[in-house]
Amino acid sequence: MSVEQSYIDIYNQMAGKVKAQSSAPLNALRDEAFKAFADRGFPTKKWEDFQRSDLRERYATDYGMNLTQFNINFNPYKTFKCDVQSIKSHLFFVVNDVFYCNDPKVADEIAALEQQGIVAGSLRQVAQTHPELVAKYYGKAAKWDVDTTVAFNTAFAQDGFFIYVPKQVQIDAPIQIINVMNADLDMMATSRNLVVVEEGAKLQLLVCGHAAKQFNYLCNRVTEVFVGNYGTLEMYKLEDTECCMTNIGSLFVEQQADSNVLINEITLKNGFTRNNINVELKGEHAELNLCGMAIGDGDKHIDNHTFVKHAVGHCKTNELYKYIMNDASVGSFDGKIMVDKDSQKTEAYQSNRNIVVTPTAKMYTKPHLEIYADDVKCSHGATVGQLDKEALFYMQSRGIPEAEARMLLMVAFANDVIENIRIEALRTRMRLLVERRFRGEVKACSSCPDLCM
Amino acid sequence: MGLLEIKNLHANIGDKEILKGVNLTINPGEVHAIMGPNGSGKSTLSAVLTGNPTYTVTEGSVMFNGKNLLEMAPEDRAREGMFLSFQYPVEIPGVSMVNFIRTAVNEKRKYQGQPALSATEFLKMMRERKDLVELDNKLANRSVNEGFSGGEKKRNEIFQMAMLEPKLSILDETDSGLDIDALRIVAKGVNHLRNSENASIVITHYQRLLDYIVPDVVHVLYKGRIVKTEGRELVAELEEKGYDWIKREQGDL
Repeated sequence: MSVEQSYIDIYNQMAGKVKAQSSAPLNALRDEAFKAFADRGFPTKKWEDFQRSDLRERYATDYGMNLTQFNINFNPYKTFKCDVQSIKSHLFFVVNDVFYCNDPKVADEIAALEQQGIVAGSLRQVAQTHPELVAKYYGKAAKWDVDTTVAFNTAFAQDGFFIYVPKQVQIDAPIQIINVMNADLDMMATSRNLVVVEEGAKLQLLVCGHAAKQFNYLCNRVTEVFVGNYGTLEMYKLEDTECCMTNIGSLFVEQQADSNVLINEITLKNGFTRNNINVELKGEHAELNLCGMAIGDGDKHIDNHTFVKHAVGHCKTNELYKYIMNDASVGSFDGKIMVDKDSQKTEAYQSNRNIVVTPTAKMYTKPHLEIYADDVKCSHGATVGQLDKEALFYMQSRGIPEAEARMLLMVAFANDVIENIRIEALRTRMRLLVERRFRGEVKACSSCPDLCM
Repeated sequence: MGLLEIKNLHANIGDKEILKGVNLTINPGEVHAIMGPNGSGKSTLSAVLTGNPTYTVTEGSVMFNGKNLLEMAPEDRAREGMFLSFQYPVEIPGVSMVNFIRTAVNEKRKYQGQPALSATEFLKMMRERKDLVELDNKLANRSVNEGFSGGEKKRNEIFQMAMLEPKLSILDETDSGLDIDALRIVAKGVNHLRNSENASIVITHYQRLLDYIVPDVVHVLYKGRIVKTEGRELVAELEEKGYDWIKREQGDL
């Protein structure tokens, strides 16, 4: 338990200070979560749900933890430059694990959203100003029985973003949250996000992950999402980080009746990534569209783990994940859809399609359905293959160079995930980013140009 | 010097020899028909000329435009002016026709040291050439050949030929699966593109395409070799008598 022990010591030493800085809703679960973590430690490859990702190994690096929430002298609003005409969005930053508030624009955006009845901003602050609102949801969807990094997060997290869209409110523009890792030393960030979309409300949310290059970073971000009856949430997650980054992201979503959720998760560029997505359909006629795409090269590691639970009948899930793995990168997809005993008339489709471009790249896929009801329409499937040689030759025979032909085929392969993006400007932007990525033109990120929309 | 000079060309697929010493010279302005029974190597010849990696050349030489064709990558052959109208055009889901053909045209222009076409110039060119083979407007925005009918696929091949303006076009069984109207449209397109600078090889089993695209020279390919070369009157003779007399001449029957 040597890796865990240093974190256990830190907690025993710092828990008092952490609690003093935080408020009741976040503190309520800390000790229980810490105990769960201390009992079992970090997940290793021996755990069934972590066969391809040893998270203990990732935590073995001696990262700095910013438990005193020291503010780093870095204003993302100043360095963030847009290279395309932006669509209107409400833009916020989480720098490492602190919601960034030191620019006057932040207060302006928060005020503009408040006018629509929306509460948005720093989780730490909202937990102080609206403790009952946070307490009602915090920790209610996130479970740590499978993944102890969620327990770790619950023990240590102090800040992150919070969004509350009340009944019937349709937000006027998407909210964009950019998670930036930027520190002058190896750094660990543990942040926590909470999103509530009430009955009949609508939210479009774009969450980007981003990192400066020079140091090693690990971030563990847990996001809980609650979507009420007839609520709509579109959540676009884009990772565009560096090889020095270990990204552990866990998303827990609860959907009520007639709600509609789209999750589109794109790993454009990364280091070591483990994404967990857990969705529970708790009300009838809820619909979930869950899709993702990953582009791997070098020795990158991309592991997506999804779990969708149909707890009631008459719901629909469409799941599609696509990977394009180059060089010696390793991809893993482990997706499960569970249909409970009385969840009749469920429709659930899962598909994972992969292209392994080089002989040294690896792809592991484990699609599964677990069905306990008897009146359902479900399917699942996975393919792993290479680029179509006949199509390549056809394009070459028209004068298109092989490299360009490969690029066109890879973009084409990724296209149906991009087509699922419902914001047109973002769709266009994403198509361009993916194309640039395949051309090797995604720029160094210190000026952030790739993330803006 | 001919536009295309093939000398003693041998080619294999795996260990099996398909072409066993083909000799053929084609000059600018000429249309050559290559006929022959199934399995004689007609499609192999077109695949070898365009650089299909499935086949290996074991012997012989091919000069195109005075350059060693066999040393060139498939894309360079195309940019030097070689074009194959595929017997079975390939569907490419997710790549739009417009994007595909624009990339091809501009790659060729780049190769020739010309600037890329502007969007307006390109669209104008595309509109004109599309009309030539009566290709529907909607097809341009669809994925390459995806969901096209057999006739549309073949017309799309000729459309691409019109866009790329090749020096040598090889039409590989372009008549297969075409009804008479589609055949007429395809032939009209090919004839329209014909001039004194370019040449074509028409590979076919039947007379009917050659009624529309009239060849200057007719070859019979049999067992990997050209065994007979005559004028256009050979087409009628083959149509009437079939290939048995050729096989007999070769001592096979």
